[in-house]
Order: sequence, then C-alpha cells, then structure tokens
Amino acid sequence: MDLLVIGVVLLIVVALVAAPLRRPGTMVEEDAERAELEAARDAKYREIRDAELDHRTGKLSEADWRAMDRSLRAEAVEILRRLDAL
Amino acid sequence: MLTAGQGCLILALGVCLYGIGASLYGARTGRREWVASGRRAVYALAGTAAVAFVILEAAFLRSDFSFALVTSHSSTTTPAFYRATAVWSSQEGSLLLWLLLLSLWSSLILFATRRRLREIAPYATAVLLGLGAFFAALLVFLESPFDHTAGPLPAEGVGLNPLLRHPSMMIHPPMLYSGYTLFAVPFAFAVGALVARRLNADWIRSTRPFTLGAWFFLGIGIVLGARWSYSELGWGGYWAWDPVENASLMPWLTGTAFLHSVMIQEKRGMLKVWNVSLVLATGVLAILGTFLVRSGILDSIHAFGASTLGVPFLTLIAVMIAGSIFLVASRAAELRSAHRLDSLLSREAIFLLNNLVLVLLCVAIWWGTFFPLIAEAVTGRRASIGPPWFDRFTVPLTLVLVLLSGIGPLIAWRRATAANLRRNFVAPLGVATAALAVALLLGAGSQPDALVMFVFAGFVVGGMGQELVRGVRARRVTAREPLPLAVVSLVRRNRRRYGGYTVHVGMALLFVGIAASSSFADERDVELVPGRSAEVGGYEVEYVRPTSELVAAPNGRLERIDFGAILRVSKDGSATTLRTERSFFPSSAPELGPVSRFFEGEATSEVGLDAGLREDVWMSVAPDTRRLGPRVAEGDRVFSGAAETLPARERDVLLAEALRGLVRSYTAEPPPATFRLLVSPMVTWIWLGAIVVFLGALIALWPSPRTVGRRVTAAYTARVGREARVPA
Repeated sequence: MDLLVIGVVLLIVVALVAAPLRRPGTMVEEDAERAELEAARDAKYREIRDAELDHRTGKLSEADWRAMDRSLRAEAVEILRRLDAL
Repeated sequence: MLTAGQGCLILALGVCLYGIGASLYGARTGRREWVASGRRAVYALAGTAAVAFVILEAAFLRSDFSFALVTSHSSTTTPAFYRATAVWSSQEGSLLLWLLLLSLWSSLILFATRRRLREIAPYATAVLLGLGAFFAALLVFLESPFDHTAGPLPAEGVGLNPLLRHPSMMIHPPMLYSGYTLFAVPFAFAVGALVARRLNADWIRSTRPFTLGAWFFLGIGIVLGARWSYSELGWGGYWAWDPVENASLMPWLTGTAFLHSVMIQEKRGMLKVWNVSLVLATGVLAILGTFLVRSGILDSIHAFGASTLGVPFLTLIAVMIAGSIFLVASRAAELRSAHRLDSLLSREAIFLLNNLVLVLLCVAIWWGTFFPLIAEAVTGRRASIGPPWFDRFTVPLTLVLVLLSGIGPLIAWRRATAANLRRNFVAPLGVATAALAVALLLGAGSQPDALVMFVFAGFVVGGMGQELVRGVRARRVTAREPLPLAVVSLVRRNRRRYGGYTVHVGMALLFVGIAASSSFADERDVELVPGRSAEVGGYEVEYVRPTSELVAAPNGRLERIDFGAILRVSKDGSATTLRTERSFFPSSAPELGPVSRFFEGEATSEVGLDAGLREDVWMSVAPDTRRLGPRVAEGDRVFSGAAETLPARERDVLLAEALRGLVRSYTAEPPPATFRLLVSPMVTWIWLGAIVVFLGALIALWPSPRTVGRRVTAAYTARVGREARVPA
C-alpha cells in the first residue's frame, strides 16, 4: 500500500512538472512592459481618485487639488500614450 | 503508512531541488518552458506536502500508535477535536505544517502571476522553493514525523499537553504559521525584483494581498495567543513579553511598517531602499520567529547547542541576512527614489515617522528578547528582563504610534497647509478633549500614561469618524444616494482607505483596553475556606463550596481529575455565581505510583470569568491537595502490591473506586484553597478592538468586484483621454 501511494504521487509529480517541457513554446504570457504600464496606469487612476476624495473631504484645498489633479492626469496621459505605442 | 509519508517528504525535497534548478535555468536562458516547469514544481510540492500531512493527520485521528509522534503527543483519551490538532503540538508536525502552508501560499501567488512578472517570478520561485527545501530537508534528515514507535506498540499514548486543550490553541499555531509563511511571499518577490533589477512597484502590487494576508493571520494568531494566556494559564494576564510572544510580534511590527511605507512607493516612487529592506527584514524575522520557538534557544543558550534545529536555522538566517544586504547594496543605483519629500507636513512624512516608531519598537523588543541569551553567552550567567523593562520603551513608543495613526489619515499627500490642518483637526481635537474630560471624571488622572492613551485614542476615533462623515456627505452629493447606500458605496469603492481607517479605530480601542486593564486592575491572592469571603475591586467574593469530579474520556478511560470552587460575587446588591477549576491530567512517568500519577501530571486552570464592557471579574483557584497526600501514598502502596496479585481489570475497577473516594473526600472535608482574584477594567475592549482591526483588514483585503474595476477604469480612461486632446 505504501509503495502504491508513493508510486501514484511520483507519477503525478513527474507528469505535472514535465508537461511544459513536452510542449515548449506554448506559454502564454503577457508582454512584461505592457503589464508594467497597465499596472502603473491603474495606480495613477487610483491616485487621481484618492486626490479627488481628499479634496471632497477637505484635506486638499481647491487650488492644491486642481494643481495635483492636473499633474496626475498628465502623468496618466503619458502612460496611456506609451501603452498605445506598444 | 509510515513509509508512504516518509516517501512523500523525500519526493517533496526532490521536487524543491528540481524546481530551483529549473527556475534558475529558465530565467538565465530565457526558456519559458523551464520556468513553467519550475513553477509547477511548487504545485507538486504543495501536493506531496498535503499527502504527507493527510497521512499524519489520519494517524492522529485513528490513534495509530505505530507512529512514534502519535504515541508521544496523543492518546485515546484525547478528544477527537484535539487529536486533529495535536499534529502541530509537536516539533515535527509544526515543521510539516510550515512546509504545507508555505507550499500552498507559494502555489497561489505563482498561479496568480503565471502570465506576469516574467523577469521576477522565476527567481521568486527559486527562493520559495529554497525555503521549502530547507524545511523538507529538516523533516527528512532531522525531525521526521514518520518514525516508527520503538519496541512493542503501546496500548495508550502519552497524550496532548493539557495546556494546549483550548479552542484558541486549535487555531493559534496555524494562524501564526500562515502569517510567517505568507511573509515569505513578499520576501521572495523582493529578492526576485532585486536579482532581476525590476524595482518598480509592480511586484509590490502583485504581492500586496499576501503581505496584508500575512499581517492579518499573524495578528489573529497573536490575539488568540493572548486570549489563551488570559483564560487558560491562570495568572490573569494576556501578555507577558515572553520570547515566544515577542517572536511573533516583531515581524508583525515590521510588516505593519511595510504596509504603510509601501504606499509612498506606489504613489510617489520613493523609499525603495527602505521598503525592500523592510520586507526582507520581515521575511528574516518570520524565520527567526520559527527559530526561536523550535531551536530550544529560549530555554538556554546551551539548549541551542543540544538542539538538532539550532545550527540549520541559524545558517539559514545568516544566508538570508547576508544575501539581503548584498542585493540591496549592489542595487543601490536602481533603488534611488524618483521624488523627494515635498514637505514635513505631509502624509508621507507622518508615514515615515510611523515607520521609525514601529522599527524602534521592533528593535527594543528584539534587544529585550535576546539580551538574556547574549548575557549568558558573554558572562555565563543568565540575566532576565521583565515586563517593566519592556514597558519603559514600548509604552511611550506606542503612545506616539497611536497619535500618528490619528494624524496620518487627516493630512494630505505631498503637502498640508495651515488651513487644511485647522479644518481637519478641530473635530478630532474636540473628541480628544471630551475623552480627557470623561477619563478625568472617572478618576484616570492618577495614571498619566493611560490618560494620554485615552486622549490619543479619542483623537483617532474622532478623526476617522470625521473622515467617514465627510466621505459619505461627498458621496451623497455626487451620487444622490440614501445614507446607508452611500456608506456602503463609499467603503466599497475605497476599500483600502476605509479598511485602513477601520483598522486604526480597532487599534485605538485595543490600546484603550490595554491601558485601562494594565493601569487600573485590582488583584489579590487570598486563602479561603468555604463560607469565608474576600474583597477585590469593590466586589465581595465568597467561597461557597468546593467541587471535585473524575472526568472520563468517551472511551471510558480516566481523562482528568477536577478540583474547583463555586464562588459568589456580589456588588451593590447584585450577585453572580462563578466556577473555577484546576484540572489534573494523569502522568505516564514510570517513577510515579499508580495513584499519585493522577495528581502529579500536568495541570491546567479553568478560570471563572464574568466579562463585561466595563470590567472583567476573573478568578482562578489553586486547590491544596496536600491533605490528600497520606491517602495517595497509601493508595500507591496498596495498588503497587495489587499489580502482582489481582487481574488487571479487577485492579482497574478498584483503582477507579479508590480515586472516587479520594475525590469525594476533597469536597467532604475541604482544605483551604488559594484564589487569585482580579477585577480588570475594559479587557473586553482588547478583544472587541481586535475584531474591529481584523474586520478592517478584511475590508482592505477583499478584492474589488471586476465590474466595478472595469467601470472605474473606463471612466478614468475617458477622462484622461479627453484631457489628452486638450493642448497643454
């Protein structure tokens, strides 16, 4: 019984780790730079939204928020342009 | 199934070594199939560790005494509930649990990032498998849970340590180990990011749920340990600055610092060196925590030498520290900040201060934990550091920390203006002043530390309340939603922010409970006979009558003997009855007699507790069993002789009758009993505060619904897109 358990586990392990080696070139992966830019874009959107909430809850004055929002959106636009260029 | 279990562990070690090689080869050559194979080795590790764990768990549940570990850590009288958890009461079972949890979390993060973090993931895989290989090697070569019981199989096992028979202890170790192993994930990805020189915030975002999860589970483990100490150890406290407690607190503190400072890197591209150092330190401290508990070093520096695990753990920690320092130093150029601090009056500056305080706390606790060992190594004499030493450092630092947790959320990123400060600080300061007035009215002025904590906690609660009210108001203006829906929508759309605020409120409540209970508790140790009373904290406590009981396990064998007391607690005309007990579990030590072994084994306390929001009335009993001594000795003499003359079954029946007589005699002629009586204010706030903290962490952890994410993304893309068409 013990040997049967070990044998079955061994077979499953070998099949699992060897599968990619039997089918090379089938890996689907996102382009690293695109993934990085998309993550940066999402983070920038979050920053814009946070700044907006900070403004609405009184932590940022109208002038400060407008300046910050303008610069954050410019940064977001730059990220979108780089994404489009890929 | 011993061979099957051991075979799975050997397979686990082999899979780790293969996976490390495959991942590194794939990363170096760019051959993605090898990287994928390395990643699958982690899944295979999880599978083999799970099979080994299930085999061991089944042996415990079946009371299979062919397993040496089951014989030494379980028994047929151990309830099934506790037999299932006795696995991790042992060194070997704990290490296997560590390996299993590490492999499960590693599988989860590597599956989640299987199409991303292409440069980082292979190195992170190798690090995670390296840690897995370390624990698998310990299990295969030094601490196998699959050793066969030496000699003939015993009919009964030694049993689970009675102190561990508590519901908290069911969950406490898996929570702590989940925390430790989850911290391995950001550690591994930080190493991967450093090796691959991909040091933007992408790896931080991907591993953030794991970091927060580690903080969440470790926190739960710490609180459960405190709760167990309070209700099971019979000394009346919940935190003793014990090295095992400190070992779990240290990575939690640096993890807390990382969760805050990492926001600065995400938002501003700053503090990369600090963040990566914090996460590496947290990973090392998580291993250090396991090392402290498992190496034997806590007993004495000399026990460390005798332990089989001390040297391997110390070697691993040395490699982790040296590797971390090398990687950070050699990547100094890539770790340069993208921006500088705009103002000392900004949220970034407050976060930096908060980080400094958390790290100082960790350093103080580290020194207090290791000082006795360092002193012993240098002087040969063991020095001890007690709670007063820890309090001297931790109390002021914690006060500052609570204040900062109130200030941080009230001020803006980048810079705060005087007008901003005025607008945001007035209401919280008002709440703090009200808290001061209430505390002074209730007589808290005699304890300045506690008074300051109440004021700061009031400031935190006031600030977070104000944030919620303003946020809801803004939401109602823009979305025109009714109040309850606006609250839900606001929190749902800003989970990190309001989850974090909830955590801050919970911590404030928790620290109020700690400050009140440690500053204003009234404690007395008294000896009473039935009918006599004592006073504590304004309560009159009367020892009504003793109790005693032989408690049998479901299989009919004697599990324990309970000696206890019924107490009547009264104050201002109202009264309640409490029951407290001391349970004696039989020892299997061969030198003890057949009767005395039932009184000389491990003993546990069941405390009498009347818990409330205002105060806890807590009591434990230490029954004086010395009066039973002559009769126990007589029983030993009689039953030792009977072993040769009476059949075993008949002797067992007579022994049970003799024990019943002894137990009855305790209640018939009760000796004086010593009681610890404690009236401790606001202890319940600690547990409630912890629940609020974990609720907040859950809010922050809960993933945003995909639809919301898409809608938000689409809305902002359109907005930013419109902006892009406008000439600058």
